[in-house]
Amino acid sequence: MTQKLDKTGVSRRNVLKGGAAVAGTAIGSGAITGFPTIWAQNIKDVTLRQFGTGVSNLNEVAQKVKEDLGFTLEMTALDSDAVTQRAATQPDSFDIADIEYWICKKVWPTGNLQAMDVSKIKNYDKIVGIFKSGKLTPESDIAQGTAPHTVGFVESPGSKTFADEETGWMTLIPTIYNADTLGIRPDLIGRPIESWTELLNPEFKGKASILDISSIGIMDAAMVCEAMGEIQYGDKGNMTREEIDKTMAIFTEAKKNGQFRAFWKTFDESVNLMSSGEVVIQSMWSPAITAVKSRGIPCVYQPLKEGYRSWGGGIGLSKSLSGLELDAAYEYINWYLEGWVGGFLMRQGYYSAVPETSKEYMSENEWGYWFEGKEATDAITNPFGDVMAKAGETRDGGSFYDRMGAVACWNAVMDENQYMVRKWNEFIAA
Amino acid sequence: MTDQTHLMPNAHAKSNAQTSRPTRSRAPFSLDRLPGAVTGWLLSLPLALVLAFFLVLPIIMIVIVSFWGATEFSIYPAFQFDNYEFLLTSPVTYQVFLNTIKYAVITWAITLVIGFTVAYFLAFHVRSLTWQIVLFLLCTIPFWTSNIIRMISWIPFLGRNGIANSALISMGVIDEPLEWLLFSDFSVILAFVHLYTLFMVVPIFNTMMRIDKSLIEAAYDNGATGFQTLTNVIIPLTKPGIMIGSIFVVTLVMGDFITVRFMSGSQKANVGRLISNDIALLQYPSAAATAVILLVTVLIVISVLLRFVDIRKEL
Repeated sequence: MTQKLDKTGVSRRNVLKGGAAVAGTAIGSGAITGFPTIWAQNIKDVTLRQFGTGVSNLNEVAQKVKEDLGFTLEMTALDSDAVTQRAATQPDSFDIADIEYWICKKVWPTGNLQAMDVSKIKNYDKIVGIFKSGKLTPESDIAQGTAPHTVGFVESPGSKTFADEETGWMTLIPTIYNADTLGIRPDLIGRPIESWTELLNPEFKGKASILDISSIGIMDAAMVCEAMGEIQYGDKGNMTREEIDKTMAIFTEAKKNGQFRAFWKTFDESVNLMSSGEVVIQSMWSPAITAVKSRGIPCVYQPLKEGYRSWGGGIGLSKSLSGLELDAAYEYINWYLEGWVGGFLMRQGYYSAVPETSKEYMSENEWGYWFEGKEATDAITNPFGDVMAKAGETRDGGSFYDRMGAVACWNAVMDENQYMVRKWNEFIAA
Repeated sequence: MTDQTHLMPNAHAKSNAQTSRPTRSRAPFSLDRLPGAVTGWLLSLPLALVLAFFLVLPIIMIVIVSFWGATEFSIYPAFQFDNYEFLLTSPVTYQVFLNTIKYAVITWAITLVIGFTVAYFLAFHVRSLTWQIVLFLLCTIPFWTSNIIRMISWIPFLGRNGIANSALISMGVIDEPLEWLLFSDFSVILAFVHLYTLFMVVPIFNTMMRIDKSLIEAAYDNGATGFQTLTNVIIPLTKPGIMIGSIFVVTLVMGDFITVRFMSGSQKANVGRLISNDIALLQYPSAAATAVILLVTVLIVISVLLRFVDIRKEL
């Protein structure tokens, strides 16, 4: 039917919308299995609009999608606040949202995203435990904050509240995650750094920085305050008003004493602060460390004894996706977990949700260095050809299990989020 | 300002109407058949509509939304004073408004002195018109790049290991790098002055060029010193230009947020940053309320400025 209409010159979108009712019911009833082959000729006309934070919105991925799957993926990269805003307010402006789990907690209740049927995700069983039960290994503890599994499932497709355990309906398909810590300039510090407390150490007065994205910055601040022994948190990812007040009081005092050189909001700012030597210790993201190093400036992603602050992102589908485009989106997700993207991301220092499939797309040396924490046997380059490590070096923090096993808390949205945001604004204005 | 723009097409229309008068009897429909007042209104209608649609309506929307409520991820219509209550009872608001006004006043004072001096030099010391034009164009060259680039280029210059500090150290003026050069009030105001001085130069230069030179000769003939001529003749006659420049600079500085964010390393806040933070966190009603208060503040400042000079009369 659709093909006939195509020939008469009706626009593709109209066709898709027209067919959506039929297709939607077919998909809903799970009778879709036979369809992709019938529609295979049409799929090359599909364009999916994806938006998300810069980390995984890579043109290389879009190119590879075109090659492997035939359809077009349009990417838009925004900062986390803008991503949240768009997902919450403009559901028709995207087909695929590449968002973080804490953003999902904020955005899911708007009903702008649709739950995904895990039975259509081929590699679902291989997805790392963090995203399903919350446990990396059966023995691990669950970290504080908005742990991905707590917002990863809903009871039924239309549900706006999260399920406590694995159901057949996933909110986001995990794609990329990492464990964050402080970045330091070992050459300018000249001694070992072991604890989060060092961020407020007067020794680094005027040479420290923290990121000015409230929901992430507050977590770094909490890691510091807890490490200093000043505050015992019930849950760093869900603070009470008193805990927020105390945390911000400590940081406001430090700010007034001139502890911070600047606050940063974008990736590039953090790189510039570090490489120019304005700052010697600051909250930082893994690829920013790489960017500093690639300029020939020593920079270490310092593992700290209190553990990491972790984040994870995933792909969510817009509620308005249906029919052929929804099908294409599922194909895209399955392709995402098949390993090529995983390898591509892991060679930049992130982790894939299904590491074992990525192994096939990495050399033994790369797998050893990035995942197993082994010494590099040869130079390690990232997918863009930059040298990330020389032979004999090991990754800061060690293996996947060492790093992800030491996560103390996840990026989070708190119940007292609005109060926290106001307090954070006061801190910035203080 | 708005009123003036209204007047302009009106004035044009009248002169057009006069030149086309001979054809009046033949034209099947002519504006001249209508009473003058109606013609005036009709001719100003397109502009009035454009302004109503793109200026007045959005402002009304902002005022309306400022009474709405917001949740984490959505806004809902309501009529509540929560946003204003929070804003007006928070000490941070006053601190931030004070800071905004501080930036505006200091930047205004510095740009005024520099702008007046530059304009004075161009208008009265440079004798030939060609050179006046050449030098004036020279002033505008930095404006060929984006203002964000002009601003950010200060960062490597003023940084701890930047050009300014290394130059001072190698000259032996200082031993330790000066920390306050970057990410401070100093760097913010420096960037403001750099960005906005031209907005002061242009209108002042413009009014100075229109001063009748014979007035200055008359002052000289009557025995006025150079300084007396400046204070009694030139400054009073340049007032409209100074006022227009001041309005530009004050409104630009008070509405800015990006300069403050970059040049203070996010450490300082002004009202614009409060608004942008609110927008980033989807708190549109709260952002709208802040915007309304900022708008009111700026309008008060401008009406005070206009008290000093009747710009419409002077132009």
